[in-house]
Amino acid sequence: MIHSLFLVNASGDIFLEKHWKSVVSRSVCDYFFEALERATEPENVPPVIPTPHHFLINVLRHRIYFVAVIQSEVPPLFVIEFLHRVVDTFQDYFGVCTEAAIKDNVVVVYELLEEMLDNGFPLATESNILKELIKPPTILRTVVNTITGSTNVGEQLPTGQLSVVPWRRTGVKYTNNEAYFDVVEEIDAIIDKSGSTITAEIQGVIDACVKLTGMPDLTLSFMNPRLLDDVSFHPCVRFKRWEAERILSFIPPDGNFRLLSYHVSSQNLVAIPVYVKHNISFREGSSQGRFELTLGPKQTMGKAVESVLVSSQLPRGVLNASLSPSQGTYTFDPVTKLLSWDVGKINPQKLPSLKGSVSLQTGASKPDENPTINIQFKIQQLAISGLKVNRLDMYGEKYKPFKGIKYMTKAGKFQVRT
Amino acid sequence: MSNNNVSYNEQVSLESGVDAAQENSSIPASVSGGLFSADYKKNEDLKEMLESNKDSQKLEAMKRIVGLIAKGKNASELFPAVVKNVASKNIELKKLVYVYLVRYAEEQQDLALLSISTFQRALKDPNQLIRASALRVLSSIRVPIIVPIMMLSIKEASTDLSPYVRKTAAHAIQKLYSLDPDQKEHLIEVIEKLLKDKSTLVAGSVVMAFEEVCPERIDLIHKNYRKLCNLLVDVEEWGQVVIIHMLTRYARTQFVSPWREDAVFDENSEKAFYDSEEERKVEQVKPYIMDPDHRLLLRNTKPLFQSRNTAVVMAVSQLYWHLAPKHELNIITKSLVRLLRSHREVQFIVLQNIATMSIQRKGMFEPFMKSFYVRSTDATHIKILKLEILTNLANEANISTILREFQTYVKSQDKAFAAATIQAIGRCATDISEVTDTCLNGLVLLLSNRDETVVAESVVVIKKLLQTQPSQHSDIIKHMAKLFDNITVSMARASILWLMGEYCEHVPKIAPDVLRKMAKTFTSEEDIVKLQTVNLAAKLYLTNSKQTKLLTQYILNLGKYDQNYDIRDRTRFIRQLIVPNEKSGALSKYARRILMAPKPAPVLQSAFKDRDRFQLGTLSHTLNSQAIGYLELSDWPAVAPDQSVRIVEVVEPVKETGAPVHGKSKPGKSSEKFYSDSEEEEEEEEEGSSSEDSSSSSEESESESESEENSDDSNKSSSSQSDSEKKKKTLKNKKLQQQKPDGKDRKQKNGNAVKGESRSESESASESSSSESSSESGSELDSDSDSDSGTDQKKNTRSKPVQSTLVTKVEKKEVSLLDLDDFSPAAVPSPKSSILSPSLLSDLQGLSISPTQSALQASSPVFVPETSHELLHRMTGKGLSAQYRFTRQPCIYGNSMVSLQLTLSNSSDQALENIHISEKSSTGQNIHRFNAIERLEPQASVTVSMGVDFNDSTQAANFQLCTKEDEFSVSIQPAVGELLLPITVSEADFSKEQGKLLGMNESSATITMTPENVSSQSVNRKVVSVANLGVIPSSQENIHRFAGKTVSSGCLVLVSVALKDPDAVITINTERTVMGSMLLRQLKTALTNSDP
Repeated sequence: MIHSLFLVNASGDIFLEKHWKSVVSRSVCDYFFEALERATEPENVPPVIPTPHHFLINVLRHRIYFVAVIQSEVPPLFVIEFLHRVVDTFQDYFGVCTEAAIKDNVVVVYELLEEMLDNGFPLATESNILKELIKPPTILRTVVNTITGSTNVGEQLPTGQLSVVPWRRTGVKYTNNEAYFDVVEEIDAIIDKSGSTITAEIQGVIDACVKLTGMPDLTLSFMNPRLLDDVSFHPCVRFKRWEAERILSFIPPDGNFRLLSYHVSSQNLVAIPVYVKHNISFREGSSQGRFELTLGPKQTMGKAVESVLVSSQLPRGVLNASLSPSQGTYTFDPVTKLLSWDVGKINPQKLPSLKGSVSLQTGASKPDENPTINIQFKIQQLAISGLKVNRLDMYGEKYKPFKGIKYMTKAGKFQVRT
Repeated sequence: MSNNNVSYNEQVSLESGVDAAQENSSIPASVSGGLFSADYKKNEDLKEMLESNKDSQKLEAMKRIVGLIAKGKNASELFPAVVKNVASKNIELKKLVYVYLVRYAEEQQDLALLSISTFQRALKDPNQLIRASALRVLSSIRVPIIVPIMMLSIKEASTDLSPYVRKTAAHAIQKLYSLDPDQKEHLIEVIEKLLKDKSTLVAGSVVMAFEEVCPERIDLIHKNYRKLCNLLVDVEEWGQVVIIHMLTRYARTQFVSPWREDAVFDENSEKAFYDSEEERKVEQVKPYIMDPDHRLLLRNTKPLFQSRNTAVVMAVSQLYWHLAPKHELNIITKSLVRLLRSHREVQFIVLQNIATMSIQRKGMFEPFMKSFYVRSTDATHIKILKLEILTNLANEANISTILREFQTYVKSQDKAFAAATIQAIGRCATDISEVTDTCLNGLVLLLSNRDETVVAESVVVIKKLLQTQPSQHSDIIKHMAKLFDNITVSMARASILWLMGEYCEHVPKIAPDVLRKMAKTFTSEEDIVKLQTVNLAAKLYLTNSKQTKLLTQYILNLGKYDQNYDIRDRTRFIRQLIVPNEKSGALSKYARRILMAPKPAPVLQSAFKDRDRFQLGTLSHTLNSQAIGYLELSDWPAVAPDQSVRIVEVVEPVKETGAPVHGKSKPGKSSEKFYSDSEEEEEEEEEGSSSEDSSSSSEESESESESEENSDDSNKSSSSQSDSEKKKKTLKNKKLQQQKPDGKDRKQKNGNAVKGESRSESESASESSSSESSSESGSELDSDSDSDSGTDQKKNTRSKPVQSTLVTKVEKKEVSLLDLDDFSPAAVPSPKSSILSPSLLSDLQGLSISPTQSALQASSPVFVPETSHELLHRMTGKGLSAQYRFTRQPCIYGNSMVSLQLTLSNSSDQALENIHISEKSSTGQNIHRFNAIERLEPQASVTVSMGVDFNDSTQAANFQLCTKEDEFSVSIQPAVGELLLPITVSEADFSKEQGKLLGMNESSATITMTPENVSSQSVNRKVVSVANLGVIPSSQENIHRFAGKTVSSGCLVLVSVALKDPDAVITINTERTVMGSMLLRQLKTALTNSDP
């Protein structure tokens, strides 16, 4: 399966390599670098690159390419999914997944990779099993280890590894027992020039942070489970129970995890919480263009639209922009031609706007297309699909946990064509 | 490539210097200069650190060495210093040494041998983690000399008690195979053995080994097929992917096609809109009955569509694509579309697969068309794939929407994408004749675009479109000629000129005019335009020499003196070719045929058209070329191979006693409870016994229940079928009895399921985490039981035992009610977890984990009496009444406890609150109380379970049953037979054990049997109804043997009844003489009583 792994940073240097079978020379990465050069954007590197003797499968996360070397047929998603798991694990262990963090913790990284794959086949990828095998580095532990000479490495086989609940270790203890659930929904939408919706979908996730003693068994039920069209579960969720009763019944992993991700059925009309009025025009022969944007809330169920960020990739011919925002700040990067406007909160009484002119390169012709506007926003305390958690119950343990549920709506890939 | 050594220069030089360095340190320094010597010094102090006595120093050194390895620097000359530490006590140090060894052992084979003995020692370590990691490293060091040692270790580890070690062994198989392919035969033996393993942990790894070592040995899978299907849900996600791919291949060789026989796969693209009704009609004509095993696979993989692992979802999707009947395919769509929300790389792969699917079956993805709309932030390759899919999905109904969308894309700043869009428009235009004109007009408009790629692409596409039907489109050519003056992009100008020339006969008036204009501007044109002008001139000269002769000559003259040699060249050639003169050879005769040859129209089709020759989801599919190790998916066989190869013999000795066999054959089903709920399990169990029950009509039940039946059941029904007839009768009789309690339990559970919120779930779950084993499986009965029994349903089941066929029917109905059909229990003795109550753990250890079976095995009860005893009468209980009964299952609360089921009913007219057992009450016995019942409504009843440790005595357990207001003293007096648990032993072991328990441990009595009691089944029935014993198969017809153990102390209790007409001798052998004699007395009464 996975032969070797190379980590390549944004400037194209290999800064870590790990081999699970015989050593593969790092010169194999030359094919990758070739592809990297050919690609105009970092994202445009094809995920699968064939070379005469190997196949390179790469993922790009946090501006690091994780390049896996494969020698024979294997489902490509298998490798891709695994690489993403590796990144998730690093993030989990070190807080961030950057070149610096990986270099600082190179021994832990190596120990982790050693446990995660055996002979190229995934061995332990559950974070709680790994954490029992290799304890995440903390400042305190580093100090203790240097003094006492004790290690980060567990001596026993993690209990989870052999149990039927591999995602949870035994003997979890907390003084404060709490279970928090965040229902986060993202709106993916494409809005056309005239403001009508071309496509809009709601994708949601329920992220949980469960810190409960012992082996609790939770059930979570919804007021309107019919809304959920297509779901995927954390392995802890009992599928049959969902099928039969539309109730989530599970023994939760310890700590943070994604319980559920779902898709809201497309029959439901999606409420679009913001609108954009725009007037962007370039005149033929003139080196100036007009640029006007106004944002406003709609269908927000009375909630405030916050953390609004507007970004737009202006045409290549644009030289500079001189704009004045009615609120927030804007930046324009003349190299990447990226305009971004940090709006903040939308005040319905005084709608935020960004007006001014953009100058074109002299001699550059009028751009064919007006730029697309990407919008990000957040609405607290609202699940736009109307999904509501009915109740959360705990069985199997005697104490009363503290329970909390939070709703949030965010923009996913929210684009306005102009 | 696998033995590829390090090849970056610096390190090679360093490496070559290593040996020398040990003798003479001056050599390496001279070899590679300053930089190297710095490295060298550093390594020197690492060596010192490794040689120190302090672990912390060594550890620090090893950490730095690992840092070097990670950077790709060579640290191989430290090998001798490092390898010394392989036996270190410090576990982290040891692990780092392992990392080092695995990296360099191949290069330093001799030195690596020094470490082997350490691993061999570690392979015997009591800690399974150490055993496993020793095997891992030993198999990873790739030193050919140790192949025999590896082989031996693998064989040993494959029978290890720990499934974790066995998993490691499965991994080691692949490593050994890649090191020495000659070991294949031996390795196959190990694989065969490990395939039989019932642990979910092992399954994925061994199938991986199978795929790598011997994918052609499909015969090894037969016997394990059903097991693998059933285990699948519980296997870890990576294993699932591998198993699913393997099973896809397997199914293609073993089952007949579920698709219509007259339609080959590829031909379906024409009839993209399949509707299921049509399908059904066809099926009526040609009845196709799916093999139950085929159905089993589809059913058991279905829940995996909901996996969070994208690779699993993709794997199931391809399985359905390649194996499922067409009308069931739609289930794939949603899941795949969901994956599009995932990372960029995942999207890429998924979109590729969707592209291939959408060519053949538009209908599947058409409702989700909008999910494939392109966003400006997508990566280019994603955009192009989406475009591809949108084009595939286009039909008469949606083409206008799609074209409108395309209009936006054409303007994209990403020019590669815009160009691809134009091609897509071209494809739509050829595919859907209604829009050809619209598309053409749109494309013509694009000709005035400023971007060269766009224009060029448009012209090329227009050119292609026109080539397919040039006669109808002279007006477009005319239009292009009109636009010609405004078009500045040279590529487009050139293309138009080519079109003019090619189709000059369709535009006889315009073409010469264009040529005239070109002659005017010739000198200022770009090179390619000039070339095409020359071409145009030549073609016009041939077709219309009267009008263009002079023009042509003028242009040829201009070209003759052009700066560009290509143009001069071309001009000279054309002149020779077309202008007749005395020097011209034979060639000019063919000038017309050369220049005006009909050119084949380019075909516009999807790049994914032929991708389906590769299995979806594979690397080969992604690359569209066969990767090394790709295993071809075979075509369906015309006739299904023998189905019976998949039937697994039931090896359990107790074949004639229905229930134990039954319980056994699904050990560890509890492990799968994570997905199912216990009620279903119960259902399954019941269903199993009923299908067995109807063994007389088993053919019917088999075919009927193809969707419900799980593999084990069908095994059994067929195996019991092969059993002798008379046994069957016995069986049936017995089963009739069993049915009742079973049924009732289940009913209660159903009620439970409906009530939902009751406490029992928590219990069933906490206990479900406690996993495994046949005897365990029974215990959920108790744990679950504090539910209301659904009274109306009860009647329904009561009627069940009347007729076996009826039972089957009832069964079926309920099954569908609970939507059971994609679930069946897995035969997994999954490894023990520590969640399990520790007492039970020790008990089960022997059962599930060890492949070498222990002699004594607990089994599930043969018979569970239905009778319940009164605990509290409603009069004394002020409306609260309680009844208890013995469930005869091992108690989940502690393995020295007897499990009881308590049914509490409220016959008063007020709700009773807070019903519980008082803490202070018990009289010495250890009682596991049921959790307090908060509220019991009038006329409602609830069933709860509790455990009592009677300590192997029949002394009554006294305790207080309390409500909010009152306390009632109650007592439970167990019959001696309830203090036992059944076990199975072989007949030989029975005799052996019996031999050990003679003298005062034996008590016997002779009784006179009433004639109706003489038959073997009535003896069996009487004995098991008195005492919870297991029936031992007996070779002698007149001796019946039963075995059990006491619940608390686990002492053996052996009962044998020897019939000597008309007398019978009952012999009981047990260390517990008191119990023995009490049991003897009860058996005597039971066997002499004539009532049935």
